[in-house]
Amino acid sequence: MEFLTPTSMQEALEAKSAHPDAKPILGGTDVMVELNFDRCRPATLLDLTRIPELAEWGRDNGSIKLGAGVSYTRVIAELADQLPGLAMASRTVGSPQIRNRGTVGGNLGAASPAGDSHPALLAADAEIELRSVNGLRRLPATEFYTGVKRHAGRDDELITAVHITPPSGPQQFCKIGTRNAMVISVSAFSIALHPDRSEVRTGIGSAAPTPRRAVDAETWLAAALEANGLWESRGALPEGLAREFAGLVAAAASPIDDVRGTAAYRLHSLSVMARRSLGWVWNDYASGQEH
Amino acid sequence: MRITTTVNSEPRDVDDVWEGESLLYMLRERMGLPGSKNACEQGECGSCTVYLDGVAVCACLVAAGQADGRDIVTVEGLTEGNDLHPVQQAFLDAGAVQCGFCTPGLVVATHDLLARTPQPGDSEIREYLAGNLCRCTGYEKILDAVKLAASRMASSPTKVAK
Repeated sequence: MEFLTPTSMQEALEAKSAHPDAKPILGGTDVMVELNFDRCRPATLLDLTRIPELAEWGRDNGSIKLGAGVSYTRVIAELADQLPGLAMASRTVGSPQIRNRGTVGGNLGAASPAGDSHPALLAADAEIELRSVNGLRRLPATEFYTGVKRHAGRDDELITAVHITPPSGPQQFCKIGTRNAMVISVSAFSIALHPDRSEVRTGIGSAAPTPRRAVDAETWLAAALEANGLWESRGALPEGLAREFAGLVAAAASPIDDVRGTAAYRLHSLSVMARRSLGWVWNDYASGQEH
Repeated sequence: MRITTTVNSEPRDVDDVWEGESLLYMLRERMGLPGSKNACEQGECGSCTVYLDGVAVCACLVAAGQADGRDIVTVEGLTEGNDLHPVQQAFLDAGAVQCGFCTPGLVVATHDLLARTPQPGDSEIREYLAGNLCRCTGYEKILDAVKLAASRMASSPTKVAK
């Protein structure tokens, strides 16, 4: 096995180009488990922890560019006010030790349907930055996830950053697990209100082959809010609206039975999370909190 | 490959490290530092918690090569000469040790907690130690030990330094 330790973005991109089968490693919280349990033996490990650019976040034309190597601990400590949905999701990741090492970039690289950051990224309309020696492209999160633990990045590309324009309205993230820490989600849900464009976005986790939005639920809810003048009035939600929204969210999922839970429980828990989290974001919106 | 690190304030070089091995394996099997325990090898149990450049991490999830040039402190490095660190002493005095396998990880995690939050409440302790599993006895005595260490360190702050 080869262990490559590039110290600049250019070196890293050249290394990935020269070794398309190299396994990138950041915090190691997924990759090292695979190595420790002999589930994978890559010919080359590409350590990305020494590239300063990946470990930074910054503002970029009103949006936030989050380097792929920024730890969950830092997302929570430094970005909770600007990206509350992602920060909430980050707080549910593993344990302090895992959050100190694990990164949003690594979560994207693993592309597990159960990855905690994905629902929040979908609800925020995040874009994933992929780079190679030939250039840079940005993919909407919806186009990034292509299958169970598969994503749209090419072999010569690295996931280098996530671009997120902070949603203009309140956000929530919910996750069902067997205890309050250190769990892979049984199901997860995120919602963001975007009152500046009268839209709603959602993200579903652990209840389909990939993380996905509940597009019909979003469209239906935004139209209902519009029809009732609620974006402007910030009044109480009509009776039954949250329940109907929850049903549409569950209808967007296609879960399976597995060791963590049954498909039926996933659908039920998703609809409960959708109903409750809509209530929470709407309360925040009604009380004038911008996020 | 050759790995050069500082471990518990001493420079340490190791040769012939396998590229896929963990920092935990390197510490235990190549450096003779068996304090950090090898249990789950997947970051679930926290028994291998060490500091990497001052940040508490599971050594089983750090590739040895990622530790090259870095500063590592293990549970062995918390003692002050021949004296146990107040966190270690508190675990003994509170009876927070049964088989002892989880203890080194809990000691390092508690050390980190108290450096950030010198007087943590119960919920803060539970939250911070959520990644450290004890399978013998439960967590009540461990909570007692954390609180005992916190109160002793508050009354003799010179012991706080690591």
